[in-house]
Amino acid sequence: MAFAATDFFLLLPEILILVTACSVLVMDLFLTADRRYLNHRVTLGGLLLALLAVGLVGGGEAATAFSGAFVRDAMSDLLKGAILVVSLLSFIYSETYMRDRSMAVGEYHVLVLFAVLGMLVMVSANGFLSLYLGLELLALCLYALVAFDRDSRIGAEAAMKYFVLGALGSGMLLYGISMLYGASGSLEFSGVAAAGSTEDNTVLLFGMVFVLIGIAFKFGAVPFHMWLPDVYQGAPTPIVLFLASAPKVAAFAMAARVLIDALGGLQGAWGDILIILAVLSLGLGNIVAVAQTNIKRMLAYSTISHVGFIFLGLIAGTQQGYAAAMFYAVVYALMAAGAFGVLVLVSQQGFEVEELTDLRGLADRDPWLGAMMALLMFSMAGVPPLVGFMAKLLVLQAVVAEGLVWLAVVAVAFSIVGAFYYLRVVKLLYFDQPESDRPILTSSSARVAISINGIAVLMLGIFPTALFTLCRAAFPL
Amino acid sequence: MLLQLSWLSLVIWLPIIGGVAVIASGEDDLELTKRIALLVAVLTFAVSLPLWFGFDRAQTEMQFVEFAPWIPILDIHYHLGIDGLSMPLILLTTFVTIFVIIAAWEVITYRPSQYLAAFLIMEGIMVGVFSSLDAILFYFFWEAMLIPMFIIIGIWGGANRVYATIKFFLYTFFGSVFMLVALIYLYFQADSFGILDFHRLPLGLTAQTLIFIAFLLAFAVKVPMWPVHTWLPDAHVEAPTGGSVILAAIMLKIGGYGFLRFSLPITPDASAQLDWLIIALSLIAIVYIGFVALVQQDMKKLIAYSSIAHMGFATLGFFLVFAIMRQPAAEGGAILGISGGMVQMISHGFISGALFLCVGVLYDRMHSREISAYGGVIHSMPWFGAFLMFFAMANAGLPGTSGFVGEFMVILAAFRADFWYAVLAGTTLVLAAAFTLWMVKRVLFGEVRTEAVAHLPDLNRRELINLGAMAAMVLAIGLWPKPLVDVMEPTITSLVAQVQVSKLPGARTELGAGLGKVLAGEPGLPSLTSSGLP
Repeated sequence: MAFAATDFFLLLPEILILVTACSVLVMDLFLTADRRYLNHRVTLGGLLLALLAVGLVGGGEAATAFSGAFVRDAMSDLLKGAILVVSLLSFIYSETYMRDRSMAVGEYHVLVLFAVLGMLVMVSANGFLSLYLGLELLALCLYALVAFDRDSRIGAEAAMKYFVLGALGSGMLLYGISMLYGASGSLEFSGVAAAGSTEDNTVLLFGMVFVLIGIAFKFGAVPFHMWLPDVYQGAPTPIVLFLASAPKVAAFAMAARVLIDALGGLQGAWGDILIILAVLSLGLGNIVAVAQTNIKRMLAYSTISHVGFIFLGLIAGTQQGYAAAMFYAVVYALMAAGAFGVLVLVSQQGFEVEELTDLRGLADRDPWLGAMMALLMFSMAGVPPLVGFMAKLLVLQAVVAEGLVWLAVVAVAFSIVGAFYYLRVVKLLYFDQPESDRPILTSSSARVAISINGIAVLMLGIFPTALFTLCRAAFPL
Repeated sequence: MLLQLSWLSLVIWLPIIGGVAVIASGEDDLELTKRIALLVAVLTFAVSLPLWFGFDRAQTEMQFVEFAPWIPILDIHYHLGIDGLSMPLILLTTFVTIFVIIAAWEVITYRPSQYLAAFLIMEGIMVGVFSSLDAILFYFFWEAMLIPMFIIIGIWGGANRVYATIKFFLYTFFGSVFMLVALIYLYFQADSFGILDFHRLPLGLTAQTLIFIAFLLAFAVKVPMWPVHTWLPDAHVEAPTGGSVILAAIMLKIGGYGFLRFSLPITPDASAQLDWLIIALSLIAIVYIGFVALVQQDMKKLIAYSSIAHMGFATLGFFLVFAIMRQPAAEGGAILGISGGMVQMISHGFISGALFLCVGVLYDRMHSREISAYGGVIHSMPWFGAFLMFFAMANAGLPGTSGFVGEFMVILAAFRADFWYAVLAGTTLVLAAAFTLWMVKRVLFGEVRTEAVAHLPDLNRRELINLGAMAAMVLAIGLWPKPLVDVMEPTITSLVAQVQVSKLPGARTELGAGLGKVLAGEPGLPSLTSSGLP
């Protein structure tokens, strides 16, 4: 296979992450225990460099590399940026937690970096092969990460469940891909799209259903959501923080590439399936979240409901809708990173935030952290002036534009249910008295990060134009 | 000169920025914090005064208009402007907030800077609601208002505050999300989020009806109308005094304002068709809730129910317009109804605010809101007694107070519409007198109930200022309502003209006299020519 040296330039962010991951892997062997913190520094440095590289490589016309296996376009620029930013945030939040529990070993950094690499590859995939490559790289790292606390039984159980169900999902996806390949004779998205225009597309439809199931698995949409609450509950909180945020962006990339680029011609068919998935996700996610007492589980169900909203944007099937879904995915990753970030920061040595009640009186113990968490909760509930509202507004607007007013009504009706459990968190934060008045020790970098995160949620809500313009540019008419 | 400054933006953002500054000042230097908060509130009122004095009373167009692109990619703009409906409500907001701040002076000891900041921020947001001319901007402020109020009730409220505040939030959230869908739908019809563009938009009857219902859900919860009123007594009882005052004096008005700004002009045909529903709900609020108020044991709850009944008057006044226009020779009656409703809203803002301040005065001393805990208060607190008596009379609609003006205008209008409407609405004069005066009798007069009551200190200077200012406004509007009515008159006249024009496609004729003809073709309509004054 021939390729030019310039092809490598497009892959600069991926290459940087790969180099960082390998460096940490090797470096860790030679580090004494008191210099382990270097792992963290190098990882942050690598992520920052990769972020710069995204800026450097990005912009301008879409370009492909490696015989069309890899693409760099407006969508990949934005989504890679989002993934790297959110991963950076989660690294910063997790540092103290992992160190306190002796989990800040080299493997942790390596696994997360490889997961980031997988996501970047997914985002830039221009064919099913590279997509699957990225997806599996991400998934395998996540399986291992979920079981990272090796003495935790519940963690091992969660990892097992995640692995088995994830493998099932991947299998479905692969089977679907094979069908699509059979129907179109191509693994590239454009090739599959070309085949979509033919008269007889039974095989294509057949494959599409399986691919869609695979996507729904990765997103955690109802009825393929079973793994999500257990994994969120079982995995160490910093891992959940990572798993709940950036991979959603990557999953959106996968959905957008496959559904729009490859199967755009079948919009009518997958749109109908997505309507079912979206309504179920909105309903089940919101209603079951109310019954949770474990905050990680509650946020897991809330994730499911947000996935429903992301799907709504895709259902609209317009530029506006796709852009709205993308906006939602990016914003959700930011909010999830912040919310789990607070949980990670509040967890102290010898104290894990597990139950909702563990957040009691946080605003008294630490007013700033409490305020940030409240902002994030109001944002997830979709209350202006926070960005969660803007995301919902954009999606609803796209849905109503297509005449699906009933779907918008269903979505807002369930978001009322959703408001209840977010409010309950605010209630615990502000209206209840703390059980202990032990101060919350956090590193100053984590404090800066959470402030940036919270204020971004506010500022993006008031000034969403820039981000939305970028999202729209990702879907040229 | 008045028009050159961005007065509206100033009135919105000054308190919000001031509120943030108050939070930032921390809890350490309490005196300073309170002074900053008061200064911000007074300054805000001062910069809102040009809205009154610079207001062109002859004009029906929006004034003090500000326009800046906000999210141009979505056609959402920072579009502000006021007319005769919103301007008095903005002044009410800025005026009342000052006294809420003063009322908190010595009373709030737990996180006072956050308490004061929440009220300042809310003040800005509420002014934003009244002055938005862009639907999304309006919704933005409308929902944002919930956050500070949620916090105020939840942190500084009474024993059952968590239940009350979550109920408050969910009820209002429930109402408003459907309005959001309606606004988005309207955007695609009008190709703009401008509220004034919505006003001009022709719409089919089905669409109008659905939009009307979505708006009704939002506004009825806010007003609140029977049967979605149940959050209000809870929220009022549990809220701190300042929270109750803001809720009663301003937040409820936002619901009424919504009917005038959205429901009537955007969906006039649906409003004409469903006006019986609003009138029925309003009359139920007036009569039934009046009886409910009669049996309350808790002073705040009693005033809360009285608020519902009085807001029923406002909504009744607003929706009498169609019933009046179906009558022959109905000129002026429709305007009278809406003006009456507006005056009622403003006056209720002062009266109910003052009544809650009165209860606050007692509560701060005795920590009880139960009527039965008091008795003979007049002996130890003569000044307080005088004020409470005055506000109670105003609440009952005594001529010479502002309470009388609005009620009288609405009842007059109701007579033009239907004799029985007026009879039912008139019961309020009896019921309101009964429940307020009975409460006053049990609290102020009679035997001195306990030792504690006998030694209650009378009003201090701060409370005197508060109640005195409120009393002055109640008297001023009661004795000389003309300036207020004059301000609203042109806007209301044009509003009435606007709702007379059918928006149905192909029926762009004057309603009024021709109403019967226009709507006669619609199946299932009640006959519009019968029924009327005997």
